[in-house]
Amino acid sequence: MSSTVERAAAKKRYSIGKSVLDTVDERFGSSKFLTSALDKIFPDHWSFMVGEIAMDSLIVLIITGIYLALFYVPSGTDVVYAPTSGHVYAPLVGQHMSEAYQSVINLSFNVRFGLIMRQAHHWAALIFLAAVTFHMCRIFFSGAFRKPREINWIIGLILWQIVSLEGFTGYSLPDDLLSGTGIRVIYSIIQSIPLVGTWLAYDLWGGRFPGPTFLPRLFVIHEFLFPLLIIGLLTAHLMILWRQKHTDFPGPGKTETNIRGSRVWPQYALKAGGLAMMVAAVSFLLGGLVQINPVWLYGSYNTFTVSAGSQPDWYLGWLDGAVRLWPHWEFRSFGHEIPNPFFPGLLMPGIIFTVMFAWPWIDKRIYNDYKAHNLLDRPRDKPFRTGVGVAAIIYFIDLTLACATDLLANDLHIGFERLIEILQIGVFVGPVVGFFVAYRVCTALQRTNAHPIQRPIGGVIYRTADGAYHTLGEHHPAPAGADGNGHGNGHGPDTRREEEALPTSAGD
Amino acid sequence: MTTSEELTGVERDGHYAGETAGRLPPGRNPRHFGIDPGEPWPDDVPMDQDDTHWRFENDPKAAKRAENRIAVLFVLTLLSSAGLAWDYISNDGQTQVAAACFGVGLAALAVGLILMARDLMPGNEVTASRGHHHVSEDPDRVAVAESLARGIEPFARRAFLLKVLAPVGGAFSLALLFPIASLGPRPHRDLLQTKWGRFTRAVNQDGQPIRPNDLPVDGILTVFPEGYMDDALSPTLLINVGQAPFRIVKGNEGYNIGGIVAFSAICTHAACPAKLYNTQTHQLICPCHQSTFDVLDNAKPVFGPAPRSLPQLPLTVDAEGYIVSQSDYTQPVGPGFWNRG
Repeated sequence: MSSTVERAAAKKRYSIGKSVLDTVDERFGSSKFLTSALDKIFPDHWSFMVGEIAMDSLIVLIITGIYLALFYVPSGTDVVYAPTSGHVYAPLVGQHMSEAYQSVINLSFNVRFGLIMRQAHHWAALIFLAAVTFHMCRIFFSGAFRKPREINWIIGLILWQIVSLEGFTGYSLPDDLLSGTGIRVIYSIIQSIPLVGTWLAYDLWGGRFPGPTFLPRLFVIHEFLFPLLIIGLLTAHLMILWRQKHTDFPGPGKTETNIRGSRVWPQYALKAGGLAMMVAAVSFLLGGLVQINPVWLYGSYNTFTVSAGSQPDWYLGWLDGAVRLWPHWEFRSFGHEIPNPFFPGLLMPGIIFTVMFAWPWIDKRIYNDYKAHNLLDRPRDKPFRTGVGVAAIIYFIDLTLACATDLLANDLHIGFERLIEILQIGVFVGPVVGFFVAYRVCTALQRTNAHPIQRPIGGVIYRTADGAYHTLGEHHPAPAGADGNGHGNGHGPDTRREEEALPTSAGD
Repeated sequence: MTTSEELTGVERDGHYAGETAGRLPPGRNPRHFGIDPGEPWPDDVPMDQDDTHWRFENDPKAAKRAENRIAVLFVLTLLSSAGLAWDYISNDGQTQVAAACFGVGLAALAVGLILMARDLMPGNEVTASRGHHHVSEDPDRVAVAESLARGIEPFARRAFLLKVLAPVGGAFSLALLFPIASLGPRPHRDLLQTKWGRFTRAVNQDGQPIRPNDLPVDGILTVFPEGYMDDALSPTLLINVGQAPFRIVKGNEGYNIGGIVAFSAICTHAACPAKLYNTQTHQLICPCHQSTFDVLDNAKPVFGPAPRSLPQLPLTVDAEGYIVSQSDYTQPVGPGFWNRG
C-alpha cells in the first residue's frame, strides 16, 4: 500500500524533473550532453582528490577574497593611526602608516568576522598552493603528463606559477614591514634583468621604489588580472580533463581503452561537495584558531626598517633561498652589468621551468615512447623519471631551508655562515644522492613487488594442517599489470587478504 | 496496472531501488558505459554491470540508522548557524567562537554529505569505454585540413602581401608598447643619485640634526637627508668606530669625522637595509640574505651574496656643528642594474 504511494510519488518527482529538463532542452538541446555529464565516470584514487582540494580552496579564496576586497583600501597615502571608535590596537596609536595598512588593521580588529575572513583567506591560499604542488608531483611521478595530456601539463605549470604570484601579491597587499621587504627584494630582482630591468621596474611601480602608484596596481593585479587568468586557465584545464577523461592506475580489468570508476551523479557529486565543505571547514578552523600573518606585530612598511626573520610564505621560499645561496658574483663589461639577483632570482627559475615545460617531450625521448597513454605508471616502473622527480624535490627543499637560514642557524646554534655553506653544498649533493637512492628503491620495489607503504617487504610462509609449508601468494600469482598485491590501485578486491585467510580454511 | 508498467521505464532510467538490476544488453542502454549505439561492444567493458545498488538497500534498519546519523550532523550545522548568529550579535564576533561555528557547521555538512553518498546513494564502480581515445577518423581529419587550406592557399599565393605584412606587424607591435611606456617615468639618471648633496644635513627619524658628540663609540644611527625621509635610496648609517683601525681607501680621504663614518644603509644585493651591526667584529649584516660587510675595511662584503661594498658618504660638520654630507655618494647606491656604469 505504502509502496504504491511511494511509487506514485516517485513518478511525480520523475515527471517534475523531466519537465524541467525538457524546458532546458527546448532551449539548448542539452539532453545528450547532460546525460553524459551525469553519467560521466571518474576513477577513484586518494591521490586524485588533491586536485579537487585545490579547486575547493580556490572557491574559498574567491568568496573570502571578495569579502576582504570590500574593506581593503589600496592606497599608499600616509596616515596616522588614530581610530575614533570601536577597538583600538594600542601599540600602533599615533604611528604613521599607509592607508592600506590601516584598512587591514581595521578589518582585523574592527570588523566583526573580519579577522577570521582574512586569516581563512591566507590559510586557504597556503592550502591551495600545497594542493597544487602535490597535484603537480602526482602528475609527474605517475606519468600523467604523457600524450595526449601534454597541453594540460603546460597549463598546469602556468597555473602553478600564476598561483604562486597571486599568493605573493596577496601577501604583499597589507603593506606591512614583512611584505614590504619582500616587495623590495622583488623590485631589485626585476631591476636586475639585463637591458630592460630598470625600465620594467619603473613601469611596474610607476617610478623608483616604493613607487607612488604601486599599491593600487598591486590591488588590480591581485584582485583582477591574476584571478582572471587563474579562472580562465583552470576552466581550460578542466575542460581538457573532461574531454580526455581522467587517467587511472593499472589494475585488474583496466585497459588503455576503458575507464573504471563511479558515475558523477549522485555519489561522486555528493562526495565532491562534501570535500569542498571540508576544505572550507579546515580553512575557517585554521583561520579562527591559528594566527597567521599578524601584520599589526610587524608594523607598517617603511624603506629604512627591516627585521630579522623575514621569510616569504612557504611556496616562494625556494626563490628567496636561491637568492641567499647564490655567491656574490655578478658580471660587468662595456659599461653594463648583469646584477647578482638576476641569476638566482630569474635565470635559475627560468631554466628549471623550461625543463619542466619540456618534460613531456624529454620523457618521450628518454623512454622512446610516443604513444598515447591513459593508464598511469607506478613511480617504480620508471626509476629514472622518479629519480629526477625526487632530485627536484630535494633541490627545492634545500632552497626552501635556505630561505630560513637566519632562523635555522639560531635554532641549531650554528653560525649562519656555516649553515649557508652546508646548504650550498647540499643543493648539489642532495639531488644527486636523492636520485640514486630513489632509483635503487624503485628497482628494489620492482623486484620484491611489495608496496612501499601498505605492506612490509618480505615473504610470509605458512604451514598447512597437514604440515606442508607454502609461501603466501604462491597459489594466486599476481596478475600482470597489478602491483603484486593483487590490487591495482588499492580499490580492487584485496586478494592478498583472501590468501591470508587460506591457512584457516585449510585447517577447517 | 498501467502505473506499474510505466514505472518499469521510470525505474530503468531513474535508478530507483534495485529492482531492475541485471544485464544491460549492448546498444540497449548505451549511455551507461560510453558506447555509442551501433558500435560493437568492446571486449574490455563487461556487459553485466550494475551500479544501482546502494550500501544498505537490504538492511532497512541500518539505512534508518544511517539516515538518523546524517540528520544529527545536519542539525549540528543548524546549531552552528545559531551559534554564529549569537557570536555576531551578543559576543562581538569573537574570532575563536566564529571559527568553531564555521568549522563545525561546515565539517558536519561535509561528513553528512559524504555519509549520504556512501550509505544511501547508488553508485559502485563500473567500467566504461573511453571511446576511441577521442581521436577523429581519417576522413574527418582530411575534411578539416581541406577547410583550413581553403583560406591558406589564396593567402600564400600573395607573396608580396606577406612581405608587407611582416614589417607592418612588427611596427604595430612596437607601437603598442607606447601605452605601456606611460606606466612609469623614464629612469634616466634617477638611480644614480640620492637626495644627499653639498652640505645636506643628516637628520634622524624624528627630523633632528645630529652632532658628532650625539653618537657614542660603537653607536649606529640611521640618518636621512633633511626633508627626504621617504626617499628609498638615501637612508644612511652613521657609525662611530671610535679608535678601531679604519682603512681609508684612495679617494675617500677626509670622508670621516673622527671615528664617525657613513655608509649607505641599502644593501648592494637586493636593497634591504643592511642594519644589523655587530660591534665586536665591526660587521654590518643584512637580515634579508645575510650579506656581511666589514665596516673597518670600507664596508667591503665579506660573506653572502652582496657583490659590492656599501658606498661611503663623505661627511663633514657645518658651521653650527651638525653633521652634513660633503656631496652625494660618489657611486650609485643599492643593488645593481644594467646601466649602472
